[in-house]
Amino acid sequence: MSFLRKSVHLMGSVARRQQHLKVIGGAISTAARDFSSKPSDDYANFPGAKAPFVSKLNLIQPEDYAPIPIYRVMDQDGYIADESQDPQLSREVVEKMFRDMVLLNTMDKILYESQRQGRISFYMTNFGEEASHIGSAAALEMRDLIYGQYREAGVLVWRGFRIDQFIDQCYGNTDDLGRGKQMPVHYGSRELNFVTISSPLSTQMPQAVGAAYAMKLRPDNDACVVCYFGEGAASEGDAHAAFNFAATLGCPTILFCRNNGFAISTPSHEQYKGDGIAGRGPMGYGITTIRVDGTDVFAVYNAMKAAREYVLKENKPVVFEALAYRVGHHSTSDDSTAYRPAEEIEIWNSVEHPISKLKRYMVHKGWFDETVENEYVKDIRKKVLKQIAVSEKKLKSNWREMFEGVYAEMPDHLIEQRSELEKHIGAHKEHYPSMNFEK
Amino acid sequence: MNIVSAQLGNSLYNCVRSNLIWPLWTRSHFTYYPTSLGTGKRMNMFNAINNAMDLALDEDKSALLFGEDVGFGGVFRCSVNLRDKYGSQRVFNTPLCEQGIAGFAIGVANTGATAIAEIQFADYIFPSFDQIVNEAAKYRYRSGGLFDCGSLTFRVPCGAVGHGALYHSQSPEAYFAHTPGLRVVIPRGPIKAKGLILACIRDPNPCIVFEPKTLYRAAVEEVPTEYYTSELGKADILRHGKDVTLIGWGTQVHVLLEVAETAKSKLNIDCEVIDLVSILPWDTIAICASAKKTGRVIIAHEAPLTQGFGSELASYIQEKCFLHLEAPVKRVTGWDTPFPHVFEPFYMPDKHRCLSAINDIVNF
Repeated sequence: MSFLRKSVHLMGSVARRQQHLKVIGGAISTAARDFSSKPSDDYANFPGAKAPFVSKLNLIQPEDYAPIPIYRVMDQDGYIADESQDPQLSREVVEKMFRDMVLLNTMDKILYESQRQGRISFYMTNFGEEASHIGSAAALEMRDLIYGQYREAGVLVWRGFRIDQFIDQCYGNTDDLGRGKQMPVHYGSRELNFVTISSPLSTQMPQAVGAAYAMKLRPDNDACVVCYFGEGAASEGDAHAAFNFAATLGCPTILFCRNNGFAISTPSHEQYKGDGIAGRGPMGYGITTIRVDGTDVFAVYNAMKAAREYVLKENKPVVFEALAYRVGHHSTSDDSTAYRPAEEIEIWNSVEHPISKLKRYMVHKGWFDETVENEYVKDIRKKVLKQIAVSEKKLKSNWREMFEGVYAEMPDHLIEQRSELEKHIGAHKEHYPSMNFEK
Repeated sequence: MNIVSAQLGNSLYNCVRSNLIWPLWTRSHFTYYPTSLGTGKRMNMFNAINNAMDLALDEDKSALLFGEDVGFGGVFRCSVNLRDKYGSQRVFNTPLCEQGIAGFAIGVANTGATAIAEIQFADYIFPSFDQIVNEAAKYRYRSGGLFDCGSLTFRVPCGAVGHGALYHSQSPEAYFAHTPGLRVVIPRGPIKAKGLILACIRDPNPCIVFEPKTLYRAAVEEVPTEYYTSELGKADILRHGKDVTLIGWGTQVHVLLEVAETAKSKLNIDCEVIDLVSILPWDTIAICASAKKTGRVIIAHEAPLTQGFGSELASYIQEKCFLHLEAPVKRVTGWDTPFPHVFEPFYMPDKHRCLSAINDIVNF
């Protein structure tokens, strides 16, 4: 919008500059002061960029820049390469990390199957990304506000979202916190500071930035906003908007990209040509950036701790890229062997799997008891299966709930439409599944 | 956003103000009919909007005002001096990105803070369509009431100005009227603009205020300086009549008021003129009462005919008032073309087309 106005100013400046040249006889550095009070001999002072002049033409190639390195604490055998990077977490915390990852993984397997059996309408698993969920969530405080995409159930597990809450949401029954309004896996919790998921991709990104801005203005703010998104979602315009607004408006938010290599079937090399999502941070948007091994729960944890501290101290954003591999299919509507080899999936599902890595670490530490952990998995399986049986028997909310929550208060036209439906259902009961809904 | 709007923004009000640059540009298709409360300070519509936002920012310390070029006062001067008064953390420029502005505003409102977001021209609201339609409008619903963005208000300059062509003239209210969860309102002048903006800011639902930009300077009224709100969802009957109901909103209300006068003096037809004010939810009661009384309804709007908001009014009226109607409901609107530049005088639902429609409907 402001192009013309700017160019008018520019033209005015050029005219002034020419006058300078005439009057003073050509001191370029004097003319440059028109743009800035900071004198400089070899730096250009364009409003759009401060950079040196060069007299040799140079086409800057992407290859001229080394890729941003990937921070890793633990190798695939569960050994910590540099002891100074050991987060020194207690056995209790590491066990919670492990068990939450296992819980998520176990619940995912069962709910995935339950969709296959037609018991729930849809599901999305988190296989292969458990460490990025748990590692990041563990480094945050409960007061930090989370905006998720849809594959961050582990963050909710860490925060204490219960198995019954997950499964009730998947059934949309009367105990679903979302009141049966959305498809499965669209979780949300006010209590756990986790904004309800919506299906459109990346829309949560500029929202997270706006929320961070508003929170920054609160007196003595000590909470940040974390926004999760995939590398595919980062192609949407909203991702650009979020990066640019976060940077220019100084928003304490961690823009957490789960780069799992796939957007449904599209591999990341067809999604972008640059150095991942991290590559956009420092040069593209002027944002402090971290890239980590997303299968290493300690790397994610350490990096997230540092990111949180940075965004709150500086009131600036961080771009956080966690690299991993989406081991599962995109959703229950997808079969990923149609676009990637099963052997490739198998590697990421075994030696590279975040749960295996943490397990090996725990074995070295002497913190892993096979029998106890097998019992834990069995126990989770039992709980999940039992909850499925309970949740699917629960009634859905009264159908009138359909008209609730469109507005803060129901306007007349919705009251009218609701009573129209009431009359219709009254006359044609046999065509509606009323017995599944609360009276 | 585009490259010409700043300049055009300036020329839009310059030409309205000076009235003598180019004959075509100065042509005004309406005569302004001020609302009078008999008290207040003389203000044009941008003054009144500025005054409303001043009161809102003063009353609510969480309130933020932002958008493209908002910091220096906005291309239509609505936010002038507010950055100086409330600081650059509360009144600020955003990057040039409507979807970002909308998403950012929703996030601000998610935290409970008040967001007043300006989209510089209604013609450029479409990049933010997804955020408004899929996000803002559905936030409360889809979260089962756990989260909402009700403290969010969009201000959006809209409508014809005489020379705005395709991309500085549109009236996109009907797109948003199709979206449950939004409130959409359009003021006809300064008093209403202030009251609606303050009501929208306070309303617990996401609101869009479309501001007819030709009225920013042309519309002058005595506006009460204190805080007040105008009722949302309620139409204003501006002239009572028994023969024909004329329904409009925004600038078109003034066209209809002039036409009603002409119809009375030249044709001895008594027109009832209604400013719908609220597009969503809209005042079905007032409209149906008038339609039943007169039996003849004309709806006039600048937006194109097909699926314009007049379509919704017409179908509702025929459904609810069928036996009272003496003639089919008639629409006088922009044509189903993009908003044209030099052809604007032929495009507009001007007073001549409206008067002719009155003649047709009484002789049906």
